[in-house]
Amino acid sequence: MSPAEIERGHSLWSDAWHRLRRNRLALAGGMLLAVLALACAAGPFFSQSYEEQNLDLGAVPPSAQHLLGTDTLGRDLLARTLYGGRISIMVGLVATFVALAIGVSYGAIAGFFGGKVDAVMMRLVDILYALPFAIFVILLMVFFGRNIFLLFFAIGAVEWLTMARIVRGQVLSIKRMEFIEAARALGLGRRRIIFRHVIPNVLGPVIVYTTLTIPAVMLLEAFLSFLGLGVQAPMSSWGVLIKDGSEKMEEFWWLLVFPGVLFSLTLFSLNFLGDGLRDALDVRASKD
Amino acid sequence: MIRFVILRLLQTIPVIWVIITATFFMIRFVPGGPFTAEKAVTPEILRNLEAHYGMNKPLYRQYLDYTSSLLKGDLGPSFKYPTRSVNEIIADKLPVSVELGLLSLAVALGVGLPLGVLAAVRRNTWIDYICSSVAMVGICVPTFVLGPLLILVFAIHLGWFNASGWYGPIDRVLPSITLGSVYAAYVARLARGGMLEVLSQDYIRTARAKGASEFRVIVKHALRGGLTPVVSFLGPAIAGIVTGSFVIETIFQIPGIGREFINSAFNRDYTLVLGTVVLYAGFIIAMNLVVDVALVWLNPRLTFE
Repeated sequence: MSPAEIERGHSLWSDAWHRLRRNRLALAGGMLLAVLALACAAGPFFSQSYEEQNLDLGAVPPSAQHLLGTDTLGRDLLARTLYGGRISIMVGLVATFVALAIGVSYGAIAGFFGGKVDAVMMRLVDILYALPFAIFVILLMVFFGRNIFLLFFAIGAVEWLTMARIVRGQVLSIKRMEFIEAARALGLGRRRIIFRHVIPNVLGPVIVYTTLTIPAVMLLEAFLSFLGLGVQAPMSSWGVLIKDGSEKMEEFWWLLVFPGVLFSLTLFSLNFLGDGLRDALDVRASKD
Repeated sequence: MIRFVILRLLQTIPVIWVIITATFFMIRFVPGGPFTAEKAVTPEILRNLEAHYGMNKPLYRQYLDYTSSLLKGDLGPSFKYPTRSVNEIIADKLPVSVELGLLSLAVALGVGLPLGVLAAVRRNTWIDYICSSVAMVGICVPTFVLGPLLILVFAIHLGWFNASGWYGPIDRVLPSITLGSVYAAYVARLARGGMLEVLSQDYIRTARAKGASEFRVIVKHALRGGLTPVVSFLGPAIAGIVTGSFVIETIFQIPGIGREFINSAFNRDYTLVLGTVVLYAGFIIAMNLVVDVALVWLNPRLTFE
């Protein structure tokens, strides 16, 4: 990158940061998210065991000893919720990364080559958009075992479409700019131009959409886990806990309420943060 | 327009074909068949069973048999309900799911549109903030959290509704609210955005300058253009309501096709899985076509390519 470009990039990011700081909802979302993520990451080291059973105790409501109560096997719900959050967040991050990798490369290639290549590639995206993908994810999970790596891949393979569209649109407009022409005049290969010059310049929209993809991915994971198709015991995720909770809520309401609230709060934070970033980076992308 | 519709319909033929073929072979290449769960079936019975369903034939033969009967509209016999055909099961369960879906869509539009339009018209007032916050809550509370919570509060504690089942009209209330709420929230956000964009346009100022009442400006002039984002969202929304019905029908124990689809996948009821996938794919593709036509109708600047 040339020095001039770096400088321009710097001012863009600091502008965005200023705008983001004024958005209280987005900041609150970001902070809540940081607290939740930290609690889920570090919490299980300090809290009670998430799998140690105490059948004599059974399910008890929240108390000083068990802040969120225990489940029917006497396991501490706080520990289980934190541990479940770990898995949910991890699935969210990894599957989003898969979607990101596919979507950005696909969109960049389509936008960069343009013309017929673009027309065919985007027509394919249109067709895929119209397909009931969640149904295929369900079939995959049922038939090929409920493997967590398959889960990452299956979810990522579904969620990349919008990313590809956004990146393509950006690339189409960027490639007509002068610095790309300059790079081409300098004799750079297509691959280098795409990866060194085009992709860094579509980062803004990609960051925004990534923040909004994470909640979508976490929702899909929880949806699958709720149907019994996602994360399997003894591992647990928020989706699994919510499923268990909803089966036993009649007697033990806390089993449903706490994981449900925590999961919703996480989605809230991510969405507010994503919206805030969109306004801060001034990205006009179609919401799906 | 007719040419556009026919062209699009022709395009969907290979798509549907790919879906059928992919699903067919995906199902067949996995370990375990519909009869593995059956308690200790003797080899002879197993052979008879397989012969009955044509599963002793080579795979390509089964595929050809299936596709040719599919062309005649016959989805084959169910593997798990020996006396029933897939067509019968679908005819039996589909109306329930269609009713649930339509009611949810009615909730989504009936609640979402007024909220969104109101928020746009009263932009940056407390009305706007309340509408937008309610929409955010709707988006962030997943159906499988909202559903059980509604049951907990309104069925178990207050006793206003039944916790599950699908008998009287009252049993329709909680499931349709649960399934519709997320889409109501999205519709509200999209309607707000679309209306805001349209309300700042010149032709709205012209209408106001000519002395049209505010109500007339919004309903007659702005609404048509402002609703474009909502209409283009209807395609994904309908697909989402279809998949959402899997969860809702499980939570509320509704005898619809969504729950049947999940069960058939777990039971490896090959023909029923295939039949429902074909049904869903065809339905969702058809709905997307309808949405595309509606979009051009709403915005004359677009043309049928």
